[in-house]
Amino acid sequence: MKIGGAEALLKALEHEGVEVVFGIPGGASMPIYDPLVDKSSIRHVLCRHEQGAGHAAEGYAWATGKVGVCMATSGPGATNLVTPLADAKMDSVPLVAITGQVPTPVVGNDAFQEADITGITMPITKHNFLVKDPADIVETVREAFHIASTGRPGPVLIDLPKDVLLAETTWRWPEHIGLPGYKPTTKGNNRQVVEAVKLILQAKRPVLYVGGGVIKADAYAELAQLVTTGRLPMVTTLMARGAFPDSHELNLGMPGMHGSYTAVTAMQKADLLVALGARFDDRVTGKLAAFAPDAAIVHVDIDPAEIGKNRTADVPIVGDCRDVIAKMVAELTTRQEAGGGVPDRSAWLAQLEEWQRLYPYRYDQQPGGPLKPQYCVERLHHFAGDDTIVVAGVGQHQMYASQYWRFEKPRHWINSGGLGTMGFAVPAALGAKVGQPDKRVVAIDGDGCFQMTAQELATSTTERIPFITAILNNGYLGMVRQWQELFFDERYSGVWLDPDVPDYVKLAEAYGAVGLRVDTPEEVDTVIEKAYAITDQSVVIDFRVDPAEMVFPMVPAGGSNDDIILGPDAIQRTADPAEGPIV
Amino acid sequence: MSSGGGTLHTISVLVEDKPGVLTRVAGLFAARGFNIDSLAVGATETAGLSRMTIVVNVDLKPLEQVTKQLNKLINVIKILEHDPGTAVERELMLVKVRAAGDDRARVLEIADVFRVNVVDVTHSTLTLEATGKPEKLEALLELVGGFGVVELSRTGRIALARGDRGIRERVLKAAGG
Repeated sequence: MKIGGAEALLKALEHEGVEVVFGIPGGASMPIYDPLVDKSSIRHVLCRHEQGAGHAAEGYAWATGKVGVCMATSGPGATNLVTPLADAKMDSVPLVAITGQVPTPVVGNDAFQEADITGITMPITKHNFLVKDPADIVETVREAFHIASTGRPGPVLIDLPKDVLLAETTWRWPEHIGLPGYKPTTKGNNRQVVEAVKLILQAKRPVLYVGGGVIKADAYAELAQLVTTGRLPMVTTLMARGAFPDSHELNLGMPGMHGSYTAVTAMQKADLLVALGARFDDRVTGKLAAFAPDAAIVHVDIDPAEIGKNRTADVPIVGDCRDVIAKMVAELTTRQEAGGGVPDRSAWLAQLEEWQRLYPYRYDQQPGGPLKPQYCVERLHHFAGDDTIVVAGVGQHQMYASQYWRFEKPRHWINSGGLGTMGFAVPAALGAKVGQPDKRVVAIDGDGCFQMTAQELATSTTERIPFITAILNNGYLGMVRQWQELFFDERYSGVWLDPDVPDYVKLAEAYGAVGLRVDTPEEVDTVIEKAYAITDQSVVIDFRVDPAEMVFPMVPAGGSNDDIILGPDAIQRTADPAEGPIV
Repeated sequence: MSSGGGTLHTISVLVEDKPGVLTRVAGLFAARGFNIDSLAVGATETAGLSRMTIVVNVDLKPLEQVTKQLNKLINVIKILEHDPGTAVERELMLVKVRAAGDDRARVLEIADVFRVNVVDVTHSTLTLEATGKPEKLEALLELVGGFGVVELSRTGRIALARGDRGIRERVLKAAGG
């Protein structure tokens, strides 16, 4: 069957199960938009900026586990996708980006709206393709989806010159995928699993260090079995929030720079860390040389390059978390049944319980006093229920969201972890709502972040994709302000935004959303209930929060996790920036 | 000759012969600030596959990370890091040496001792073609350098492991699992 290249592309996307594409058209990609009129079932969500389209596709992928698809034209359209691609690479988000390109005869000639997007995105994609023959379009789409969604997931870009999209080709769905150099190891080595389980049974102070890989592998049931079978305390990283219920007594919460005292300290004092789909990121380990000094390491990851990258593993296991954890559960069950049950670790568990009791997350909301951002998050959670999807940008509000929301289910927490992309929340919330239309989506955002991508509220209104944005508006780039207060002798520089500019209520209304404002703690509940009752329109809540509030606990960057600080009084302020944190 | 305080490693990389593969491979080294000492690419016994021989000066741990990252490239089929002494390593060098007057006989004598070919002659220069182990080429260069080198071109090292097996039958050395 002869069809046009663009039609072949859309048909191939349909074969891959694509229902929605987030994008913006342009000269080079216009051929794709013509068959969208009447020859394709795919929904195109017209975003207002390509970065928004990219983050929306990411949000969709986070919320559904499916591959998110975004589309842009050549040149500036494509370069605007750079940030979402880099974000998806760092957070292993399955993404396929389709870009138009100038026609093949002028590729390399500095044609209008030309950019070498395959060259530009090489280090920030898992793989990318420049398709020069219309006969290769379908096979390339198939390979791109396979690469994006298997092994360690990640972004793949397909660059399609305009003449290739306009040319005729023969439709044929390839039976086999020809990628001789791509064979991810998914099955964990059984002998290594046995070694890991032996270490678990010997350990007196074990901690499971659960990372985003558990979510990617949909390994929640297996993880729950491992935790309960072995009575093993565990932490969930920023990428793994919701992989296991926060309400469970063995869940110590989030580790890392702004993690809970118990999660951070449990890892420091552990004699065994079992890393499951986690990568010993600097935000978790603090000063690497001082991290968990007494712990043996079991490291499970589907990416061999993660194992031993930052911390040497005593038992490395390459494989999919679901497969490996299931094998661990089976082995652990057998050995515990043969050897008299779960080893006695009551002293360790009692110690953890004591830390949790003594050092919970803490803030002080005085009635009539300045509105605390933590209180806003707690109340947003209180009225939300477990089925609400929470999306955050990057900064103080992201940490408050992770700390004070109680996550009970996987894929209900979406944020930019590795790259730390400000402006992620609004477009990602849009994409999440498209993927999970029956669930309430709440973007908890900062005023700095919000202004970077707020234009996607227009997309929300015109495409009827309603979600709630809760701006924790302190009028500052708050995290930078916090560091300047603590480590640069309160010399504030380039951080004041002004809480009144723009007027967020008017801005929301201008975009066709409902705008609400909260100035005092007493108004919080009423406004949240009002916002949650609106389901056919997006809502923006402008929470006027205390700019002096800071995120704690805190491990100063470059410092040891032993030096975790619980509140502002314990900070050693320094006038000399050279003695301050590194990154 | 090379930067960094590490040691020289020779790596063979079997890749799909597709546009951009060289950039992808070189980019992984560049992104980590490693200087490639030499890189040679050519066809292999299998159509559609090319073989790169990369010599890089780096410590073992960062090298292991680069090797793992290389292995993640979709177009990379196989990687082999050669242990010193277990591989045949060769390089081709063309060097144009000043050789007028009495110097001509001396340069020809050196060429004879090293069994290298004279491939071009002018009144004032001799161009030598030398192949061999990297150490041999270094020694030759050291000797003719005194006469004055007008121009020098080297292919970079190529290598095959000793023994009866090809690279595709060998396991990735640094994969760790």
